[in-house]
Amino acid sequence: MGIFVDAFRGGLDMLVSGATDVWSIVLVSVQVSGAAVLLALVLGIPAGFVLGTKRFIGRRMMLVIANTGMGLPPVVVGLVVAMLLSRRGPFGKLELLYSQPAMVIAQLVIALPIVAAVSAAAVSAVPRELRLQARSLGASPWQEAFMTLKEARMGLIAAIAAGFGSIISEVGAVTMVGGNLAGKTRVMTTAIVQYTRMGDYGPALALAAVLMGMVLVVNILLARVQSSAERFEA
Amino acid sequence: MKDRSVRPALWRMGVIALAVVLAFSLVGCSKSTPEAANPEPAPVEKTKFVLASTTSTQDSGLFDVLIPAFEKANPEYTVEVIAVGSGEAMKMGENKDADVLLVHSPAAEKAFMEAGFGTERRDVMYNDFVIVGPASDPAGIKSAGDLNAVMAALAKGKAPFMTRDDKSGTNAKELKLWAGASVSPTATANAADWYLSTGQGMGETLKITNEKQGYTLSDRATFLTSKGALDLVILREGDKALLNQYGVIPVKDAAHLDGGTAFMEWITSAEAQKIIGEFGIEKFGQALFTPNAQ
Repeated sequence: MGIFVDAFRGGLDMLVSGATDVWSIVLVSVQVSGAAVLLALVLGIPAGFVLGTKRFIGRRMMLVIANTGMGLPPVVVGLVVAMLLSRRGPFGKLELLYSQPAMVIAQLVIALPIVAAVSAAAVSAVPRELRLQARSLGASPWQEAFMTLKEARMGLIAAIAAGFGSIISEVGAVTMVGGNLAGKTRVMTTAIVQYTRMGDYGPALALAAVLMGMVLVVNILLARVQSSAERFEA
Repeated sequence: MKDRSVRPALWRMGVIALAVVLAFSLVGCSKSTPEAANPEPAPVEKTKFVLASTTSTQDSGLFDVLIPAFEKANPEYTVEVIAVGSGEAMKMGENKDADVLLVHSPAAEKAFMEAGFGTERRDVMYNDFVIVGPASDPAGIKSAGDLNAVMAALAKGKAPFMTRDDKSGTNAKELKLWAGASVSPTATANAADWYLSTGQGMGETLKITNEKQGYTLSDRATFLTSKGALDLVILREGDKALLNQYGVIPVKDAAHLDGGTAFMEWITSAEAQKIIGEFGIEKFGQALFTPNAQ
């Protein structure tokens, strides 16, 4: 157990003193995953709303795609995005590979299906009668949509939390398209891999603690959403 | 009607498939542990031991040739190769997670031996490092005089330089080159713009260097292996300070020290040295490593 005690002590020192790059790595993580989840919301919630409330040809197919996308292996996303952005790839001119925008793109691809599918489930759980009633009372389509989203807000928070949780702890894709460049694209997960590879367990454990803390917060949020939804139904 | 008759059949097929998978996995288990409830005596009791080595050796493909040859010569052993940086390889040795090391970081190896973690250290082979970069050579290192002048030219930061920054043997060599030229890259004014730390293996670092069209220090083997996908060329080679010596160290008190020792004896034998000396000639037209065991 000595290995844990030593590493833990070293890691704690780093977190408290703030002297090393540990916190700047955390910041990059939050920046990248935050931007990705924000974009995923902007695109995913409207998509989820349409999928969850409207009836149109190809809807079933799109739901299947969104649900399949929830299980999309991040390494596959990393591979495809890396190939697209590579200097020899179709978007090589943009010189985006191994930069933060590349990481945001990859994480967006991973998070979008999750946000879309979870919010589709959330809005379709809003009673249809409620929407019909709103419309009969003279609500415009926009007002109706707004009301539906408001009713489904707990589910939408769950969608955000699930999307953020999935990308903040992801390592394969961000390594492949980010490159783990210090101070630029080095995030918590890739730094943990690197420190472990170097036999430097202290900072690895410190970052692991911060990462676990974030995932914990996300899950507490999810649990609260769940319990308040139950109260709402009861 | 049709639906109902099909479903149980599907169900049964699923159960059978699961049973088959389980049966295979049991067979797999009994193979790796021959003493486990297998009445028939296994032909050879194999001992598995762990060789910790570097990503650059793994990426070169040398192990794909070397390990089967070793296992053929020593049928009582099977080798599991873990490819990490020299730093972690030695940490694995300290923690007895590896039985034998094949690494290239002479100073760290010396410290490892002095701390009493290894039974013995022998030279195995060497290859050399090369400095690679874009053919246009914006830093002008091709025409620079000696290696010190090269490092000084790179430190002007006209193009990015990728450092592995992972305590690997290659990283140790790079730091030695900077020190030799009395340059501290991280202390330069615009270090954040040009001195980029990848913290990754050689293959990945070369890819990043390619995308940034910058410079990096690479072992020749990995560069030749991945050069097809790169728009980079060798700009400096052959300088004496660019030699890269590999050593083998069995780990003291390791669980399978016998296997580790057998590996050391074999890799320094004439047979293995010949294989090493010929590796790469067929594919690259030049040998990637030069054997030099005593």
